[in-house]
Amino acid sequence: MKVTLTVNGRAADLDVDDPDMPLLYALRDGLALRGPRFGCGLAQCGACTVHVDGKAVRSCVYPLRSVGKGKVTTLEGLGTSAHPHPLQQAFIDEQAVQCGYCINGMIMQAKALLDSTPHPTEGEIKDALARNLCRCGTHLRIVRAVKRAARVA
Amino acid sequence: MANARLSRRDFLKTSGSLVVAFSFGPLLETAGRAAMADGAALKAVSLDQVDSFLSIGVDGTVTCYSGKVDLGTGVRTALTQIVADELTVALDKVRLIEGDTLLTPDQGPTYGSLAIQVGGMQIRQAAATARAALMSEAAKRWQVAPGELTTADGAVRTKSGARRISFGELVGGKEFSLSLDTGAPLLDPAQYRFVGRSISRLDIPGKVSGEFTYMQDFRVPGMLHARVVRPLAIGAQLASVDESSVSGIPGLVKVVRDGNFLAVVARTEWGAIRAAQQLKASWSDWSGLPDESRLWEHVRATRIVKNDITSNVGRTEQALPRAAKRLSATYDFAIHTHGSIGPSCAVAEFRDGKLTSWSASQATHNLRKQLASMLSLPEDQVRAIYVEGAGCYGRNGHEDAAADAALLARAVGQPVRVQWMRADEHGWDPKGPPTLIDLEAGLDTAGRVVAWHSQFYVPAGAAGTVPLVTAQLASLPHETGMSPGNIINDTALPYAFPNVLTVAHRLADTPLRPSWIRTPGRMQNTFANEAFLDELAIAAKTDPFEFRVRYLDDPRGIELLKRLQAFAKWQGRTSSKHSGGDTVTGRGVAYVKYELYRTYVGAVATVEVNRTTGAIRVKHFAVVQDCGQIINPDGVKNQIEGNVLQTVSRTLKEQVTFDRSRVTSVDWASYPILTFPEIPDVDIALIDRPTEKPWGAGEPSAAVVPAAISNAVCDAVGVRLRSVPFLPQKVLAALKSV
Repeated sequence: MKVTLTVNGRAADLDVDDPDMPLLYALRDGLALRGPRFGCGLAQCGACTVHVDGKAVRSCVYPLRSVGKGKVTTLEGLGTSAHPHPLQQAFIDEQAVQCGYCINGMIMQAKALLDSTPHPTEGEIKDALARNLCRCGTHLRIVRAVKRAARVA
Repeated sequence: MANARLSRRDFLKTSGSLVVAFSFGPLLETAGRAAMADGAALKAVSLDQVDSFLSIGVDGTVTCYSGKVDLGTGVRTALTQIVADELTVALDKVRLIEGDTLLTPDQGPTYGSLAIQVGGMQIRQAAATARAALMSEAAKRWQVAPGELTTADGAVRTKSGARRISFGELVGGKEFSLSLDTGAPLLDPAQYRFVGRSISRLDIPGKVSGEFTYMQDFRVPGMLHARVVRPLAIGAQLASVDESSVSGIPGLVKVVRDGNFLAVVARTEWGAIRAAQQLKASWSDWSGLPDESRLWEHVRATRIVKNDITSNVGRTEQALPRAAKRLSATYDFAIHTHGSIGPSCAVAEFRDGKLTSWSASQATHNLRKQLASMLSLPEDQVRAIYVEGAGCYGRNGHEDAAADAALLARAVGQPVRVQWMRADEHGWDPKGPPTLIDLEAGLDTAGRVVAWHSQFYVPAGAAGTVPLVTAQLASLPHETGMSPGNIINDTALPYAFPNVLTVAHRLADTPLRPSWIRTPGRMQNTFANEAFLDELAIAAKTDPFEFRVRYLDDPRGIELLKRLQAFAKWQGRTSSKHSGGDTVTGRGVAYVKYELYRTYVGAVATVEVNRTTGAIRVKHFAVVQDCGQIINPDGVKNQIEGNVLQTVSRTLKEQVTFDRSRVTSVDWASYPILTFPEIPDVDIALIDRPTEKPWGAGEPSAAVVPAAISNAVCDAVGVRLRSVPFLPQKVLAALKSV
């Protein structure tokens, strides 16, 4: 079956076997995007986070059929290494990466927070990211990066 | 294109511009395949040749071939700084190729905090040799004495500045054909432009924008997707497989069965996942694991194959009974899993009987040997290439996934990508083994330590190679021994007590396949040593800083502890304060001289303990580290922050659980790790010694974390936690017992 997704402002046609396939595989395998990452497939770690109509969702369990006409935004939709989004720039400025595998989720979850709460407290940042896991222990830098992005916004 | 042949010279000429961020550019691939087909070496890879480590293109681009790889620690940037400085070229003129058995020298696996200390120094010496050779070549051309020349910005010039020739013009595209000179003069560290500075990591812009290629993103043309179906019990036999259970899955290519190895291969990733979920297979029962609730009795009862005496000073057995006061305690440290956020992934391709394996292995040269052995191939018919994956904290599942992919690629005759699912990683990656430690010590009437005796119950074996689970399941050739890492390091002490006996009882077996996890052994051993030392200091009614310094005869160690005492604003042990309600605050210190010969690190933890719930909240860590010459201060701080947070997680929360058949902590709900609301603040002071050797920074600071927390909890509530993880129920039980 054919599915049309709107991803990062562009319409993309995909051929899929199963409308219950999680969005993650459409993005990674169908559209060759690398921002959203497979981490657990259980909505436990947040590495796969994307936005659907501005809301942060776990794409590893989000069925394709639930996307409908929703507008999907991935990490790639924020900015590029040449022209990073202020939030991406804040992660660069704070060197808030070790392996970086979780960082997609951190940025996308933080983006959803900043969209609704432009000047969060440190506690609000930590609560917003409470369900995003990082194994390298980059948390302190990630919090600093989100704070910095809120400051420059 | 696929069959194009490149001469070695062409390859070297073009490699600089080709190899941007990844070590698998298409042309490089082609060159590699051509070389493999020839059975010829593409370039030197031996440790004694400059060409093994470095080449200079006609445009002056320097390509550095590193056997050590960046596991997400920033080593790529640090190595680039080292090369750029020693060759006096701009940072952006240096390209790094990592962990490719065809192109890079075997500098040993990337573990043990040795990437800079060993790998980086080999590369620095190669660069120094190259720089001397470049000057000597220019001297010959200009007929001047080499002493009149110097180098700067990728060129040799006369000291007067009258003549200048770029490296590219001098040797671009040619080989050095030069032995690495271990005596080649290094630059005076005062001349370094990059080493010692917090250069921004080269990989971060790509990683925050979805442009970086992780192993999990890597694709080759014609590639199929596979998922493994592991046995329901670790030692179960596969009785039967009902292939009709997956016949309706679109794109299914094959169900592959080889002994107890079972996997599905499909055209799409989702097809492979569905097939793995739906495949009906029946397995025999197996219940060979010990009873988890009696794990420590099991460890104590395991047969000892040998005793390693790691230190023996004086006559401990005579001195102990004569001590005025004797203390003894038993410590234990749970089984841990690596828990990389991205599960293991690999791609394998066979071409003309030759295997190319892409994986995030920390040891591609060892992996090549293992894959060759498993598939009965000559080693030179296997090429293993590193592609960075999610953070790797030791030997996790990458090598096993690489073996899965290799077996499947051979079975289906097409390139295969294997992505482990979360339960595969948590359930089947090798584990940090359980560690049990008995300690006994004696004090004299003045509170001085007269004797120390420790016994460690840990699996036999060292680093080496961990048997591939694929080979075990498929009954293909594999190692039979255990490789838990060099886990007896730091069993001996940095303290000069008159009588010391430290013994590691090496066990014949351990419940789950063991391997090394960040700071293997050093963490467990330092936990027991530094917490028991705190017990002695309390018994001697002495401040723990003063107690440690009293027994150190090492000026760098003493300086470190003094710096830490000031940095942490230490005000003595009785810092225990009620912070309102049931919560009590305490502080504790721990110290290690890593492996007794390198990196010094000390930490002060500040914790809050809730007497009602038993919950420990680690509020703050102050860390001081001396790792000699610092290549990138912010990179070192990033590693220390990571070590502290990861080890707070391991200490407070983590333990692998299992029943008699299998691991039962197979996701993040059953194996919880530290979350944002639980993180401590961390302050770090680095002691930089620019003229000393650089020592490891990737793991030493993790070693002091568990003891610092145990000591802080004891300061707060007066009970001693001797069993990691420090779960609330253990805290409550300890509080009840006093």
